[in-house]
Amino acid sequence: MNYELVIGLETHVELSTESKIFCSCGGHSAANEPNDCVCPACSGMPGMLPVMNKRVVELAVTAGLMLNCDINKYTTFDKKNYYYPDLPCAYQITQLNHPICTNGCVTLKTSAGSRDIRIKQIHMEEDAGKLVHGGKYSYVDFNRTSVPLIEIVTQPDFRSAEEVVTYLNKLKSMFRSGGISECEEGAMRCDVNISVRPEGSEAFGVRTEIKNMSSFEAIERAIHYEAQRHMDALEFETEELVQETRRFDDASGKTMAMRNKETESDYRYFPDANLMPIIIDDAWLDEIKAKKPAAVDEKAEDYRAAGISEKEIDMLISNHKVSKLLDDIVAMGCKAKDAAAWILTDCAGILRKDGKTLNDLTITAEKLFAVTSMVDRGDINRNAGKKILIAIIEDDVDPVAYCKEKGLDKKFDASAVEAVIEKVIAENTQSVQDYKNGKVKAIQALFGACMKELKGAGDPAVIKTVLEEKLK
Amino acid sequence: MNYYRTKCDGGNIAVDDTILVKGMEASAGSKILEGFKPLFSAEVATRLESKGYNIAGKTHVGEFGLDLLGEFSHYSEKQDALKGAAAELVAQGTVKAALGVDMNGSTRRAAAISGVDFLKPTYGTVSRYGVISCAASGEQIGVYAPSALGIKEIMDVIAGHDDKDGTSLRNESYDYTISDAAGKKVCIVKELLEKADDETKARLNAFTDGLRAKGVMVEEISFEIFETANTAWQILMTAETCNNISRYDGVKFGHRATEYKNIDELYVNSRTEGFNFLTKAVILYGSDVLSKNRYADCYDKSLKVRRVLCEKFEKLMENYDAILTPACSKTAYNRFDIHEAFGKVFEESVFTALANLIGIPALVSGGVQLMGKHFSESMLLSLADCVERKGE
Repeated sequence: MNYELVIGLETHVELSTESKIFCSCGGHSAANEPNDCVCPACSGMPGMLPVMNKRVVELAVTAGLMLNCDINKYTTFDKKNYYYPDLPCAYQITQLNHPICTNGCVTLKTSAGSRDIRIKQIHMEEDAGKLVHGGKYSYVDFNRTSVPLIEIVTQPDFRSAEEVVTYLNKLKSMFRSGGISECEEGAMRCDVNISVRPEGSEAFGVRTEIKNMSSFEAIERAIHYEAQRHMDALEFETEELVQETRRFDDASGKTMAMRNKETESDYRYFPDANLMPIIIDDAWLDEIKAKKPAAVDEKAEDYRAAGISEKEIDMLISNHKVSKLLDDIVAMGCKAKDAAAWILTDCAGILRKDGKTLNDLTITAEKLFAVTSMVDRGDINRNAGKKILIAIIEDDVDPVAYCKEKGLDKKFDASAVEAVIEKVIAENTQSVQDYKNGKVKAIQALFGACMKELKGAGDPAVIKTVLEEKLK
Repeated sequence: MNYYRTKCDGGNIAVDDTILVKGMEASAGSKILEGFKPLFSAEVATRLESKGYNIAGKTHVGEFGLDLLGEFSHYSEKQDALKGAAAELVAQGTVKAALGVDMNGSTRRAAAISGVDFLKPTYGTVSRYGVISCAASGEQIGVYAPSALGIKEIMDVIAGHDDKDGTSLRNESYDYTISDAAGKKVCIVKELLEKADDETKARLNAFTDGLRAKGVMVEEISFEIFETANTAWQILMTAETCNNISRYDGVKFGHRATEYKNIDELYVNSRTEGFNFLTKAVILYGSDVLSKNRYADCYDKSLKVRRVLCEKFEKLMENYDAILTPACSKTAYNRFDIHEAFGKVFEESVFTALANLIGIPALVSGGVQLMGKHFSESMLLSLADCVERKGE
């Protein structure tokens, strides 16, 4: 049976403010000695009262605006009770009933196309400290206590690990450019809610939550592991899935149960009487909107979200032809990060040997994609791919034919091509009609559909010929 | 009785042990805070010192101010006839005035028993910065003094906005002017009068006569909100107290158990040894009303009751300037067992809880209590003053 993955995310982001959320202690960094950035308030001493840091509200609102949220004019704080030595008051101040932002949306561009992820809410809260274990004793470090966080909660709208990572990269790039957070190591932490269900099913499967991961790579591995565990349980009845909280063990690459519904503690949330409700009136909202940094280039943001490096983004943004080529092969199904490497490293390197630059690149998207997809499928290795690429750039060879001629491919079956072309023609009657009515360009859409269907396996030249034949 | 007794004359002020003074140990009467020395002074102490007053010392309080008058302090001997330490010090003339945190009525009862005045001001008018906080939504620092005039003097110094307290109202100062009360209208609440013993009733009658002699109109009415107010406040107060004192866990400061094998035992043993029976009862009650399946019926409902009763009170105050009630049911209390404390305090708080619940001012004078709408301190002090200076 085919299964669909359903994921919702809770992402904690440390805000870049000069002081903590409820006191005037300065921001901490790894360079600080333990308990350097601590005052009676953030270490839970009696007599101190929390006083709201206005900047936290402004940054949370800015984040909400960036994620297309409703900004709630009335917002309040609640206390969440639990005992842990790194939590000096034995409660965390957070928002439960009236979060600052709700109902947002963020659009992702992935290999599966454009996807909307709904944001359920953004709320403000304070971070906890940390424990340092050494020898016989454990020590408490309150430097991080009361550092301001926003938690961004999505609806269960993700369908793959790739989408999750794209989303996280997008948040990271937005928040950096918006001055909301530096998103340094550990400053962005995720809880992943995950379930699987038979494809086509409406009902959600049993959900597990993987807590507190900060590396995107770990998040991706954890999702793959957990999804497989769920599918095995459903398919082979290896175990009974229960709603529970799990943690990801980086070394073994496995998730382990932490606590389930029965052993979950009651956090006894209730309103914090020390903090008056915050009213965000129109004047203040306008002020925050005015201070919001100019919209960052959407395209750069998408590249960043796709994991392309800043240096590569600069090259792409400054060269429209190159970025178009990248966009085209990504649309055909190539991973953006791989596409960037093929174009900006391999093609550029080949051209450089002849004293040329990327401006001289003439390779077509179809030919480039033929190469990258052969590598992706494992038909050929990357070195072979590069050889073909050199031949294309120097002599404009046909990649598939060249590959066969040089014996670089291990497996290639062209017989499936014709069936696929027929299927595409049957499914795209409008394009077919357009073509027959003289709109020659309509063939591009059909060609693209064939390539997608074949996952790039076909010889572009052959497909084009057969396609033209069939359309006559 | 005060354990930081220094020279006490003229401008000496005592503060109770839930209010921090830099350098002086602070315990809120509890073993759990044993040895804790605050790094800063409460805003009220700083303001008094800046105006030339001397914080002469601290007075014992019952653990976290949860008891009747202050009888269950970890640090003081229980007397046979119960008295509040701060109120007694003022009654003896040892200090000019004293400050106490009004949370569940112990301050007002103590003032009534010792025959001194005590004002619990409108919520948000006096900074709570430096109070060992329990019930944040209704506690407020108040003043003990021999007379209404004495209270006015101290309130003029300590009231007004403080940036360090998020619940502090924006006003820089408030009006505590004492003026002629003739022509004012006061009502006596029948339901509360019925709960008081004969001596208390006699005090109330004497106060009423005093008011009438100065041209104040007094009449008896029925106003049945006090039982409900008390229940709602006990729910909010225990819940907030349970939460606020959960930070006393033996990890950071104060008492830590010597015997423990892991962190859970450290918590449990330290807290078991550190809190008295009454505090433990409050913790249990408070965690229960906050628990998932009780929250809507208890805590949330109490918040709604708070709003409704506030409106009802304001409605009544359209016809009267103040209400006159007993501050407690008796004129003296004898020693009793701590296992009875929770119920006993609950019963007696029926007189005091409304003021904490809805944040209105309450003034104890002549062993009775006056309450008025928000910011009516000036009126309450004027009414008390006209009775206190009846010969003039």
